[in-house]
Amino acid sequence: MLGEGLIKGMAVTAKNFVGSYVSKDRLPTIQYPEERQVLQEAVRQFPFLVFDGNDPMAGLRCVACQICEKECPPKCIYIEKSKDKKPDHIGKPQIYPAKFDIDLSVCMSCQICVEVCPFEAIKMDTDFELSTSDRFGGLLVNKHQLAKPNEYYRKIHPTEAAEVDARLDAEKAKADAKKADAETKAKAAATQPTAATPAK
Amino acid sequence: MAETIDQLFVTLKHWLMGLTPERWQPLISALLSVLPILAVFPGLFAITTVLERKGLGRIQNRYGPNRVGPFGFLQFVADGIKSLTKEDIVPRAADKVIHFLAPLMLVIPAFLVYAVLPFGRNMVVSDFDAGILFFFAVGAAVELSVFMAGWSSRNKYSLLGAMRAIAQMISYEIPLILSAVTVIMIVGSLSTVKIVEAQAGYHNIGLPNWFVFTPWGFVGFSLFMIAATAESNRSPFDLPEGESEIIAGYYIEYSGFKFALFFLAEYLGLFAISGLGITLFLGGWHAPFAFLEFVPSWIWFFAKLVALIFGFIWIRGTLPRLRMDQLMNFAWKFMLPMALINIVAAAVWHFMRGGYEGWFASLILVAGPYLLLGRGLMSGQKLEKRTYRYAE
Repeated sequence: MLGEGLIKGMAVTAKNFVGSYVSKDRLPTIQYPEERQVLQEAVRQFPFLVFDGNDPMAGLRCVACQICEKECPPKCIYIEKSKDKKPDHIGKPQIYPAKFDIDLSVCMSCQICVEVCPFEAIKMDTDFELSTSDRFGGLLVNKHQLAKPNEYYRKIHPTEAAEVDARLDAEKAKADAKKADAETKAKAAATQPTAATPAK
Repeated sequence: MAETIDQLFVTLKHWLMGLTPERWQPLISALLSVLPILAVFPGLFAITTVLERKGLGRIQNRYGPNRVGPFGFLQFVADGIKSLTKEDIVPRAADKVIHFLAPLMLVIPAFLVYAVLPFGRNMVVSDFDAGILFFFAVGAAVELSVFMAGWSSRNKYSLLGAMRAIAQMISYEIPLILSAVTVIMIVGSLSTVKIVEAQAGYHNIGLPNWFVFTPWGFVGFSLFMIAATAESNRSPFDLPEGESEIIAGYYIEYSGFKFALFFLAEYLGLFAISGLGITLFLGGWHAPFAFLEFVPSWIWFFAKLVALIFGFIWIRGTLPRLRMDQLMNFAWKFMLPMALINIVAAAVWHFMRGGYEGWFASLILVAGPYLLLGRGLMSGQKLEKRTYRYAE
């Protein structure tokens, strides 16, 4: 009969209308600024630079090798090398970035910089509230804004950070062992002549 | 006491009239009648936009606007400020005079038709004998301004929207007026006040004497409301706007406050035609039950109006937009024959002087054609799951 479908349809909408007041499960909307969705671990927004220790600029892992700058598909990274050197986490003197800028308006969050970095220095951030009133300067972030501690990285990506930490610790242990080995050898080399002289 | 509240606005007007010198009285009287309409109905429009968005949201399991003011009820203020501060763009190729006049021409008749609606006991701006005729004549001017807007914009989408609007409004004007004719036949007057008076009193079983509770009145009311939906371009008859097909139809080239005027006129038209539906079929300002007579008459009018608006929102949340051929088929193959048969049913009712025989006769006269016409409308359709053939 004509009009049957209309009544059925109106029953459906009435059910939804009343239901949305009765059961909260019907409303999938998250009231964003007040309520927040729990982010998944694999979430990624834009890159940041990891530093160890307390001083962001001293502890920066980046050695300004410029691999990320070259690999970046949209070319949003700009690096200037330093003239002097500073010791890195294993104590080896390294060049550091005098300038490290990322243009967030160009970045496409592809994570290629993270994949190519041999020093675990650049990682993906989860912060997405980056609105600014200045669309040029406000979205061009420098190394001071990019530097975030390793603890922060552990917090936002726990599994990934644990792997990275294990790898870095192994490297450091190896380097330390090598250094200790070299030191003992050097000591041995230094002591041997003194030990040998009385015998002569 | 009930009488005092019922006649509150009427006595207030008389009191204010007594204070003015005699020379000014005609002007002041007109102003005092018109200004409340200019204040109340745009206010109702503002509240309706918020409630509509909230209602549609709930139907779609969303919250709807809930940021501006308590529960988002001040959203219309934000919308108003936004439309006032927006740039008013006139296309270079547009016919500037007509482009400017179209929204004004739309709003003026939308306000004018309120002149003949009785909002309460003794509350009508002008009770003249050809009230219904005036309503339809002025209401039809909307079509002119819609076409002015569509044509003067010099945009293919707006012209398409305007053509659709003309085709739709003229097609649905006929069942709209024919369904109102039944009431005029029974009452024997074109005056809205007399029509409301004719619906006073109650049946033995407690139902009020409204025309909607007769077979011809129920069919007339249904046809009237369907045609009213089409006349005010509301979903499912929103082809002239058709956001997904022709962006916004005839008002695509309007921005800022001119756009707001179109929006206002659309809702004012909706309220006015709902008000006429109430006057013709739902007993105007009469209370639905005898024991509710103490509630002021104007509250009943607005309660019925809000109920009808809720119905419109409900329909909008339920039905998808019709196709052009479905729209025309429905108007000419169902609405028009049904409206004509309904006139016969009303005549039979009138000559059998109501009663059970009249009730039965007119019920058969409308129910039979309804079933047959409904079958005829659905017979040509193949309602089955669509199958697709893909290249192999």
